Amino acid sequence: MTKKTIKVDYLARVEGEGGLYIKMKDDAVVDVKLKIFEPPRFFEGFLRGRDFKEASDITARICGICPVAYQMSAVHAMENALGVKVDAPLRELRRLLYCGEWIESHTLHIYLLHAPDFLGYPDAIQMAKDHKEIVERGLKLKKAGNQIVSFLGGREIHPVNVRVGGFYKVFSKRDFEPLIEALKWARDAALNTVRWTAKLPFPKFEQDYEFVALHHPEEYPFNEGRIVSNRGLDIDCSEYEEHFQETHVEHSNALHSHLKERGAYFVGPMARYNLNFDQLSPMAREAALEAGLQKECRNPFKSIIIRSVETLYACDEALRVLESYEKPERPYVPVEPREATGFACTEAPRGILYHHYRLDNQGKILDAKIVPPTSQNQKTIEDDLRKFVPQYIHLSQEELTWQCEQAIRNYDPCISCATHFLKLDIERT
Amino acid sequence: MSEPDLKSLIIGVGNLYRNDDAVGILIVRKLNDMASDRVSIIEQSGEGTSLMNAWKGYDRVCIVDAVSSGSPVGSIHCMDASREPVPSKFFSCSTHNFGVAESIELARTLGQLPRQLLLYGVEGGNFQHGEILSTEVEQAMESVAGEISQYVLST
Repeated sequence: MTKKTIKVDYLARVEGEGGLYIKMKDDAVVDVKLKIFEPPRFFEGFLRGRDFKEASDITARICGICPVAYQMSAVHAMENALGVKVDAPLRELRRLLYCGEWIESHTLHIYLLHAPDFLGYPDAIQMAKDHKEIVERGLKLKKAGNQIVSFLGGREIHPVNVRVGGFYKVFSKRDFEPLIEALKWARDAALNTVRWTAKLPFPKFEQDYEFVALHHPEEYPFNEGRIVSNRGLDIDCSEYEEHFQETHVEHSNALHSHLKERGAYFVGPMARYNLNFDQLSPMAREAALEAGLQKECRNPFKSIIIRSVETLYACDEALRVLESYEKPERPYVPVEPREATGFACTEAPRGILYHHYRLDNQGKILDAKIVPPTSQNQKTIEDDLRKFVPQYIHLSQEELTWQCEQAIRNYDPCISCATHFLKLDIERT
Repeated sequence: MSEPDLKSLIIGVGNLYRNDDAVGILIVRKLNDMASDRVSIIEQSGEGTSLMNAWKGYDRVCIVDAVSSGSPVGSIHCMDASREPVPSKFFSCSTHNFGVAESIELARTLGQLPRQLLLYGVEGGNFQHGEILSTEVEQAMESVAGEISQYVLST
């Protein structure tokens, strides 16, 4: 009998601090722990007693890479509580802001964090020595996303222009002209990114996941939609807690989330794509099919292609918004506090981000609940490793460890969001 | 030989809500009076690709950040990053492990480094949530601000 342990103390190229521990007996995996040892951050606790208008800026501080997602879920939940519906042009601007965040977050992951895995480099710096033009393209593409967020959001990291009911300031069509030029280049670069990622080598690894994402009949989801799955889930965001449950596991400071009836599920680009293929723009759909994707993909390693398709969609959608843009008549819809409860889910780059607030009659927050995408994917990541490792047991410790880290990076985990996250222990005994 | 037309940029990197990690930002705030046509001063979170965009078009760049290298708290590290590689473990507080050190090394590979790039690191001791500097870090601030000021004003 042989025993083996794979141990990674600190996972590289993920956000936050976490580690991995895998224990095998003969060729069977007996234990997998995705350890998240960043200390809990208590955001839900210190939102209590704050004014409803502050939640979007406070929660944006949870993450430097997806602050827009936190702002969007927060303002939508408040608007849900207070019975506010924003004007159509303001809704379009919110989609534009989200496009910016998807472009920058996805491009960072595709080019600088995930591609080196497929091409056999330890990091993007080594990759850039042999693929200079590709890395330069990635950096410029990411910059287009940053430009949207810094212009419309007021600054690049933790934007400050979002408020309940709309924005603090809105712009004229002419103000956006420099962005249009940058985005036209970015859309071409994103199309080339899809073509480039399609040629990467992918391990054969398809799983039977339950995919969960927002779904809207007329648009690829950012801010609105019902929560649906490929196994029949179809609920309003207000019903989230009736169907999903968080539990504490000893090895993680991030709560594990699961479907009460069926267990682990999968959120993020691959879930969105599988549940919303028909809502992609024609250009994004065509690029996906040309890249060899079907309307449904079950290989998480191919998430890099899907992230590229979503980046292309975000560039295309941003241009659509800008080309039809007319300055809104008012920057925000007035909002009056009242005693109420509100819920919202929006699609952060890594998957659905759930916010739930209870307010008193002055608009003070009595309770807050936030469920970020990475904590929802934790159990699925562990399940992937349980099934992936036996297929690659013949590899050396070093190669197997690398493959396991890559399998985790398929999810672009954001440990800071989940709490802060990753370290690998593969134990072969 | 003097180079009076050098365009200089001072970048303070850090997080104001992570105790000693704030030191880079607080140092550049002390230098705000130096801002002029030829000297720009900005604050950054340390996200690598934004840093690379920030220094484009500048001849002389000085970055100041908190570090965690195992040296005594308050130690001041200084390196000429245009001449020597930056150890990645030195500046570890970054988004997705793509921060100050990685951005400098990637820029070096891509030929996008500024002609002169000086890197100051102040050894921090406490990077937990909060807004209080360690005494030793606070004491190091004046000295680093003075050195940066001399560097930028030198010809």
